[in-house]
Amino acid sequence: MTPRVHANPAFPWSHVIGFALSIVFTLIAFFAVTGHALAHRPLLAVILVLAALQILVQLIFFMHVGQDQKPRYHLWLFGVAMFFFVVFVVSSIWIMTFNTPMS
Amino acid sequence: MAVMMEEVLPKQAGPSRTGDNGPVRLELSTADGATKIFGFWMFLVSDVLLFASLFATYVVIYTHTADGPTAAHLFGHDTAGFLAETLALLTSSFTCGLATWEMHQGRAGRLKMWMGITILLGLVFLGLEITEFRDFVGQGATMQASAFLSGFYTLVGTHGAHVTMGVLWMSLILYQLARFGLNAVTARKFFIVGLYWHFLDIVWVLIFTVVYLTGVM
Amino acid sequence: MGDGLANTAGHFFVTGDPLIIGSDVAIVLVSLGIVFVLTYFKKWKWLWREWLTTVDHKKIAIMYLLAAILMLFRGGVDAELMRTQLALPNMKFLSPEHYDQIFTTHGTIMILFMAMPFIFAMFNAVVPLQIGARDVAFPYLNAISFWLFFFGALLFNLSFVIGGSPDAGWTSYPPLTELQFDPGVGENYYLLALSISGIGTIATGVNFIATIIKMRAPGMTLMKMPLFTWAVLGTCIIILFVFPVLSVALALLLIDRLFGAHFFTMMYGGNPMQFINLFWIWGHPEVYIAVLPAFGIYSEVVSTFSQKKIFGYKSMVASIMAITIIGNLTWVHHFFTMGAGPAVNTFFSISTMAVAIPTGVKVFNWLMTMYRGRITLSLPMMWALAFIPNFALAGATGVWLAEAPTDYQYHNSYFLVAHFHQALIGGVVYGMLAGMYYWWPKMFGFKLKEKYGKWAFWFFNVGFYVCFMPQYILGLMGMQRRMYTYPADMHWTGLNFVSTIGAYLMGIGFLFIAVQIIHSLLHMEKDLTGDPWGGRTLEWALPSPPPHYNFAVIPHVTARDEWWERKRRGEQDAFLPRPEAIHDIHMPKNSGVPFLMGLCFFIAGFGFTFGWMVVGALGLLGVLACLAHRSLDQHPDHDIPAEEVRRTEAALGRL
Repeated sequence: MTPRVHANPAFPWSHVIGFALSIVFTLIAFFAVTGHALAHRPLLAVILVLAALQILVQLIFFMHVGQDQKPRYHLWLFGVAMFFFVVFVVSSIWIMTFNTPMS
Repeated sequence: MAVMMEEVLPKQAGPSRTGDNGPVRLELSTADGATKIFGFWMFLVSDVLLFASLFATYVVIYTHTADGPTAAHLFGHDTAGFLAETLALLTSSFTCGLATWEMHQGRAGRLKMWMGITILLGLVFLGLEITEFRDFVGQGATMQASAFLSGFYTLVGTHGAHVTMGVLWMSLILYQLARFGLNAVTARKFFIVGLYWHFLDIVWVLIFTVVYLTGVM
Repeated sequence: MGDGLANTAGHFFVTGDPLIIGSDVAIVLVSLGIVFVLTYFKKWKWLWREWLTTVDHKKIAIMYLLAAILMLFRGGVDAELMRTQLALPNMKFLSPEHYDQIFTTHGTIMILFMAMPFIFAMFNAVVPLQIGARDVAFPYLNAISFWLFFFGALLFNLSFVIGGSPDAGWTSYPPLTELQFDPGVGENYYLLALSISGIGTIATGVNFIATIIKMRAPGMTLMKMPLFTWAVLGTCIIILFVFPVLSVALALLLIDRLFGAHFFTMMYGGNPMQFINLFWIWGHPEVYIAVLPAFGIYSEVVSTFSQKKIFGYKSMVASIMAITIIGNLTWVHHFFTMGAGPAVNTFFSISTMAVAIPTGVKVFNWLMTMYRGRITLSLPMMWALAFIPNFALAGATGVWLAEAPTDYQYHNSYFLVAHFHQALIGGVVYGMLAGMYYWWPKMFGFKLKEKYGKWAFWFFNVGFYVCFMPQYILGLMGMQRRMYTYPADMHWTGLNFVSTIGAYLMGIGFLFIAVQIIHSLLHMEKDLTGDPWGGRTLEWALPSPPPHYNFAVIPHVTARDEWWERKRRGEQDAFLPRPEAIHDIHMPKNSGVPFLMGLCFFIAGFGFTFGWMVVGALGLLGVLACLAHRSLDQHPDHDIPAEEVRRTEAALGRL
């Protein structure tokens, strides 16, 4: 287990930090979009980065991926699955939007 | 794996089983438990790709609104709705995490309490989602109206179906914890449904970003 | 009202074509015959206790194998009917509608209900034995996988007699498959049958990855694993990555058809090409799913029958993993002609050709393994040898097809048909036959006699080239796939006629395999050694067939070809269990629930096929009930007492 959890068995600090981070990321993304804080493309980049950070928060603070026994083959495979997630979504846009108007 | 059942009985997490990573966790204290948790990660791998296909389809057709309501129109008039769904689900992930933490402290009572709260938050999320869908349908935005709406209802609905399964499943495990107590088997079962629950949060974060936020941008 | 009923029945049951009526009669007679035999010999209880409720990987393997051979028969009959229809110009042997149905069921059955169960038969028969495990990681899930496959296949084949077969090609492209253009239930059968068996396939993928990662005997590091097990690992990883994509593609099309959505329709913004995109994200890697296990089998067979360790083990492993990843990045070559633009087509052209590199590495390694080996020409080795030139040609024509500009010429022509049959027969079917002959003694406890097998080999091989070489030329001459017939003045007649002769020769080859199996059953020659071929891996250290717990004592592995090394050092006895080392063995209990769960899926699938939502929902509720039952089961396992294990081992002469 991470030292933090076991050093402080009295209080689940790591979960509280994870929760706070996830709320903060959500609110930043939400208000950045509803307040039109940036131009379209930079805004899209920012919210995608925030989504990626959110995923890391879930994995690290709640799914405890850093604490699992080695060897961590399941995380390798999960990582490759996330890679193919991106590949299939992005390449579908690339392949399918040829010659079509898409903003 | 059943063949390893000789190890199913909970073992003392004594000093001899303490390695660099701290004491062995109850759900991982048997080879059977560790194998099943590994297997569940493999299921999650396949679920990642299931949602990848739905997202891929959605991003290809979400501008195909066929003169019907657009994403901006549909999600824009009630942004608080999907923000509330997001906060409900994020909080449920937090309470589920607290349940796991209490389990690791060996406190079965608090574990069950946090599980109950998680289930309630899951129901709140589902209630909000159903209200949202009814609202959209009331505006004529049915699944049959356009490719965009087919994609929207299927992607978000598949996640909702997963949450529904999660609520049923977690209730079943809560019953088993109440009935049989906290041991290596029930700990493993709760840990797995917990992984599932956090994973649904990951998917929702992507829906929040790719469907809703991009829609109202 | 009587008229109405007859009319409904007429639509419900397929009638009309004399071929179909003849088959209907045959199906009814065979079913009655099976029921009679089971009842007469009082075998119902045996069937339930020993087979329908089993969770033993060895028995599940046998059931997969039987199903695969049956489906090979049905798919083969479809092929012979097609070739007969095409033998001469303007033939009317089949009606056009019937022809459409037959090429659809032929493709679907051969890939999803023949190749898949065949590879799963091999997975189940071999992997736990090769890695020194007592069963797979999740035996109960393994039984569920089988029954989902079984009931999926049953649902698909039922379309033949009830409601009508699918008829839009095995690829099932919309918008042709949308309700507007393809009313009726045939397409629904296709979508639901594939979805149900697809769930079982994903479960198998999960199961065997967990088995290979978590259940290996002590000492067997990843780099000491036999190459077949490596190939299965690669296959299962691909399954996890791409089978969910197929499930989604099928589900979305089903939602279009049942609920009027517009994913792939021509109106309201639907995009049919997105189905094709999703279908091939699965469809191309599916080729590697089928062929990687075959590659694994060739590695085992070539090494065993050359009496040499495999050449370039590490490069073999690297090739498997390279194919596993790169194979997922090539799918667009199936629709270059969509016109996605030069950048897209160039990328996927290059990625497709890149897969040829690790494949080529593997072929050279097999050749180098044979070089200066002491080769025995037994049946498994003959099929492995025949595979190499066959697959080399498939690979070469594959690279032609991978070139986007020239692909516009070959696309959907008989050139393509010949290419993928060469890859899937020359690669997969030859591999599965090699594997079947190789592990048959381990699975059944007796060897298949070589005589008729050799006849089968020569008929099938010669037949293959006679059948498919002309098709390359026909493709270059402009003949398109799925053509019902052709006029006489196209100059296609001669080549088509030759091709049909080849198809018949292959059919005779199949019949010889059937004769061989029956003949070997009647004149059974038991394999008492457990190691009839001079094998190298752990499964050959066990008796044939192994006891249901496989290993009385889990072996400790020190070398790559552990059994071979032990034999070389004269230490075979190290694998005999010492009585005091035998302890109680914990094994999963048999259960009828996986069977019932498959049945519930079948009911759900049948209901949705006909649009009976209530029946469909009830079936799914049944599935949930089965899942809950399992979760609440407190005693899914039992002990085999050490004393019983000692008795069993003593009876096998191992104590």
